Amino acid sequence: MGGNSTDTMSLNLKVWRQKNAKDKGQMVDYKLDGVSPDMSFLEMMDTLNTKLVKEKGDTIAFDHDCREGICGMCSMMINGQAHGPEAETTTCQLHMRKFKSGDTIVVEPWRAKAFPVIKDLMVDRTALDDIMVAGGYVNVNTGNPQDANSILIGQENAELAMDAAACIGCGACVASCKNASAMLFVSAKISQLALLPQGEIESAARAQAMVAKMDELGFGNCTNEAECEAQCPKGIKIENIARMNREWFKGVIGNR
Amino acid sequence: MSSSSCKKCATSTSIGKKQIMGVTGLLLCGFLISHLLGNLTLLVGPDAFNKYSHTLTSNPLIYGAEFILAAIFLSHIVMAIRLIIENRAARPVKYHMYKKSGRGGTLASSTMPFTGLIALVFLVFHICGLKFGTVYSTNVGGVEMRDLYRTTIEYFQDPLHVLGYIVAMVALGFHTSHGFWSAFQSLGLNHPKYMPKIQCLSKLFGLVVAIGFSGLAIFCFIKGGH
Repeated sequence: MGGNSTDTMSLNLKVWRQKNAKDKGQMVDYKLDGVSPDMSFLEMMDTLNTKLVKEKGDTIAFDHDCREGICGMCSMMINGQAHGPEAETTTCQLHMRKFKSGDTIVVEPWRAKAFPVIKDLMVDRTALDDIMVAGGYVNVNTGNPQDANSILIGQENAELAMDAAACIGCGACVASCKNASAMLFVSAKISQLALLPQGEIESAARAQAMVAKMDELGFGNCTNEAECEAQCPKGIKIENIARMNREWFKGVIGNR
Repeated sequence: MSSSSCKKCATSTSIGKKQIMGVTGLLLCGFLISHLLGNLTLLVGPDAFNKYSHTLTSNPLIYGAEFILAAIFLSHIVMAIRLIIENRAARPVKYHMYKKSGRGGTLASSTMPFTGLIALVFLVFHICGLKFGTVYSTNVGGVEMRDLYRTTIEYFQDPLHVLGYIVAMVALGFHTSHGFWSAFQSLGLNHPKYMPKIQCLSKLFGLVVAIGFSGLAIFCFIKGGH
């Protein structure tokens, strides 16, 4: 694992520091030496925090959990891109070997009206949960469960539903969208359920309810740029947004 | 999962607004094509163009058609302004650094408000300069009619007008190259097999608009013996 000094990198970091939601916040410069190319981006941030602790400074707050690229907790806008420059990669799975020694790296929190900053790089993503509460579920009657094979699902729909279900709800779509729109997230959740028989029945009403909540929370409108798809760590496709638009329209017609 | 509260205001939801943009945009694309095809009579000659414009303007239905067209334009513009304001409000604190991945947004998609604004400013000049331009009269086959051909040729003798048209039509070409396929996406009319074809058609549409209309302006410039 490397180890000798010639393998390590020196970085200039510009990190957003904000004490709390009310603080105005600012970009602060840090210099960090001894970064191994094998470190993940979060491990590099840990190293910076260790340095800050030694210097009796305030550590940088950032979200993280599994560090395996599946939990959706890590965020960070790295050099102007959600989860950094690498396609289909979360911040925790982004490695420092993707950068060069001497690079200046800009690190910012997700920015959206619906994602208020809690502290430094941490933002409150409760808005995504609120949208789920509005309709991201399937109503089932209580009683004995059905036989596992009684509901047949075509392979194609099963795969598409699984692709949509890969969404980890990290909010990179909102962060990367120039309009701070949450449509990729919402459409992934709507698609995942609409494609399966269990969720299909309520799909139009679900789309109506979830979209209404999304609008209420102050997310922007989609302009079909597909930047969300490009920066999504799970490669969720904008085809899902078209499906959501369709389901939503069915709801408009159906309610008349 | 109650949707009864939102069915009344479908047009004020994010998707409703996008779908209105899509429908009006597609209708405007249809107008552009018919306008371009009609303008091709310029290539045939003065009589053909004047007869074409006379047939259009002498039909009493033209007022109804113009009203509907103006309504479509207006809804497209008003909706666009609303969307732009809302989208700006959705990110009150801007990024210190924001970079496109290169795998998503294009020049056309990220400049929609600007190219749209250029088209709008152009539209005002276009109507003032030609429709409400100098009125000459001519006689084609015994029928007295407006010599719009002469007005058009004279208008394009000013190189600034030609340049203005080229800039505006290139902007409109970019605008429609994103807008055309985008409308299908907003309306949920997508299919894994046909979407790439629609996207390709969209680029072609933009190219036809930009080259077609600019070409006609250049044609008029040359035709006038400048």
